[in-house]
Amino acid sequence: MAFYDRMFNGLGLRDWCGNAGADSSMSMADLLAQANPSAEVNGPVFPFPSLDALNDACPAIPPSRDFVASVETGFLAIKDGLKLVLDPLTQPLSWMLEFALLAVESVPWWLMLPVLFVLVWYASRSKPVTIFVVLVFAFLGFVDHLDAAMQTLSIVLVCTGISILFGVPIGIAMAKSNGFQRAILPVLDLLQTLPTFVYLIPLIFLFSVTEPKLYGIAIIVYAIVPVIRLTDLGIRLVDRDVLEAANAFGMSAPQKLWGVELPLALPNIMAGVNQTIMMSLAMVVIASLVSAPGLGVLVLRGIRNLELGVGLVAGLGIVLLAVVLDRVSKAALARVSATHKHH
Amino acid sequence: MTEITKTEPKIRIRGLYKIFGPQPQRVLPFVEDGMGKDALLQEHSHVLGLNNISVDMMPGEITVVMGLSGSGKSTLIRHINRLIEPTAGEILIDGADALMLSPERLRAKRRADLSMVFQKFALLPHRTIEDNAALALEVRGVAKSRRRTEARRWLDRVGLSGYECYYPHELSGGMQQRVGIARALTSNSDIMLMDEAYSALDPLIRSDMQKLLLDLQVELLKTIVFITHDLDEALRLADHLVILKDGMVVQQGEPQDILLNPSDPYIEDFVSDINRARVLRVRSVMRRGDTNGHAYAGDVDADANLESVIAVSGGDTTHCYRVIEGGAPAGELDMKDVVRALVPRVSSSQTAA
Repeated sequence: MAFYDRMFNGLGLRDWCGNAGADSSMSMADLLAQANPSAEVNGPVFPFPSLDALNDACPAIPPSRDFVASVETGFLAIKDGLKLVLDPLTQPLSWMLEFALLAVESVPWWLMLPVLFVLVWYASRSKPVTIFVVLVFAFLGFVDHLDAAMQTLSIVLVCTGISILFGVPIGIAMAKSNGFQRAILPVLDLLQTLPTFVYLIPLIFLFSVTEPKLYGIAIIVYAIVPVIRLTDLGIRLVDRDVLEAANAFGMSAPQKLWGVELPLALPNIMAGVNQTIMMSLAMVVIASLVSAPGLGVLVLRGIRNLELGVGLVAGLGIVLLAVVLDRVSKAALARVSATHKHH
Repeated sequence: MTEITKTEPKIRIRGLYKIFGPQPQRVLPFVEDGMGKDALLQEHSHVLGLNNISVDMMPGEITVVMGLSGSGKSTLIRHINRLIEPTAGEILIDGADALMLSPERLRAKRRADLSMVFQKFALLPHRTIEDNAALALEVRGVAKSRRRTEARRWLDRVGLSGYECYYPHELSGGMQQRVGIARALTSNSDIMLMDEAYSALDPLIRSDMQKLLLDLQVELLKTIVFITHDLDEALRLADHLVILKDGMVVQQGEPQDILLNPSDPYIEDFVSDINRARVLRVRSVMRRGDTNGHAYAGDVDADANLESVIAVSGGDTTHCYRVIEGGAPAGELDMKDVVRALVPRVSSSQTAA
């Protein structure tokens, strides 16, 4: 006798439900009740009206496991259609990641590292930062982690680049339209609160694990949020007096965007880029679960095989890489901010 | 009025209303029927910005709009280049209806004919002084080399040569506003709108900048609309003075006239603290007409201020001077009239109390 029997009887739904108890399949609870008749008396007096509890009283209502199964079949049903659209759209991402990984693999270190250091100097214009970067890569090379570090770095840079490419225009559109901002903000909140592993589950079904875009998408979806948010914020914070002056001198909308809004929002956008880089790096480690190469693989090996040393050294490498990326992007940010000082 | 003026006004504002709020058109009839600012706010929660403003601004003159904060002066100046759209009324620039301009034409008008100087300077912080000054030409699409020469010419004219490659934050407030003025001048527009341009500057620099503007105006003869809350500044610069209160024009006319004949207790209070000897000029106090038959103590110029006349007379009130205007005698000036003019008319609000 299930708790909700009386309710269904009272509503006159007994015929629709079919006969309760007698011919419905036995649940574990029923078996326990048979084995120990006093259990039903001691069971919950007023169970939550969940699918399982209602199913006990009325077999026409599906149990919870059917609900979970239907989510799965639902996803599998739209999977092919989704894949048909997403596969070609995201193919360039695979190519870019493959190219970047091939590049760091095939370019010899004595060419790659100097180019990297020159880029660091060009971005930061700071001697201490450049020297620090040289020392870090010398150390990583010395302990034979240079290849893995460069793979991680190349994935981070490709994903950050694409995040900026899409994030900045989305941020601009959000700053220009309150409606669009209202629509996008919940999505950004969702992306930031969703546990990172949850992204991976649908992606694994959509794309083959051998494709780089699988982890590429996971990283970008996770890391694009700050650059969108801070572009939106930066453009909304542009000094209204300056914008008024731009209007008074007859600037057109594109002239205002390129000549006033984006340059004045640049310090904020750069802060967003810094965050995006750091989040890409955090995600690239998790993404090694789905075949992203680099330092994350070594960390994973450390966990799987309990190889403490391997895991710790790779972890140190990731920390050093994070500090390098943070310092260089912050130095670039400081350089931009210096020319933006007010009064 | 229209027949007597020799030239057409450059900017003509007629019956201009601005009401801020969700439904300005709905409450407009109440305002036209004479509802005041406070009543409108309390009964309809709309803010009355401008109430039936009509002003003519002549070409080549400095029209000063003066009022305390909240009087609507900044709102008024923003209507001229339509940074704010009016609720009702007419704005004619060179006889053409400025409210009819399409967005495209309005931008072209702002680029070519209307430049503006701002209270907070509003320079682009990421650009050098030279690039800031050249803004208007850049927007218009003028070639870089010409932009450069024009910007440098005007920066030099406002006393900033040598600072072309600095950034705004490296300059003092007064220098930043010089850049603001150079930016407006570089655009070579007929009309210059100056929104409390000097209010953020300290008194000595402000005085310098006023002189700079007057010097420039002698050669450029632009139509300048100048907003200020400072009566001394207004009297120094104005050819035509408009006094606003609560979005309404309380009095407008020649500044000397307003000073000698305030039409309203509000203005009497306002002008009572002014150094009249420095502001009033001989032409406002002199007796026009025959200059024969008297023994004059000397000649004074019609544009000289009373302070200088008192200095010449040595404080002797028995003197009488012949006034020279445009090289010819125009009338006489009795020192007794001078002394009388220095005493402000007692405010009618004070006499009532």
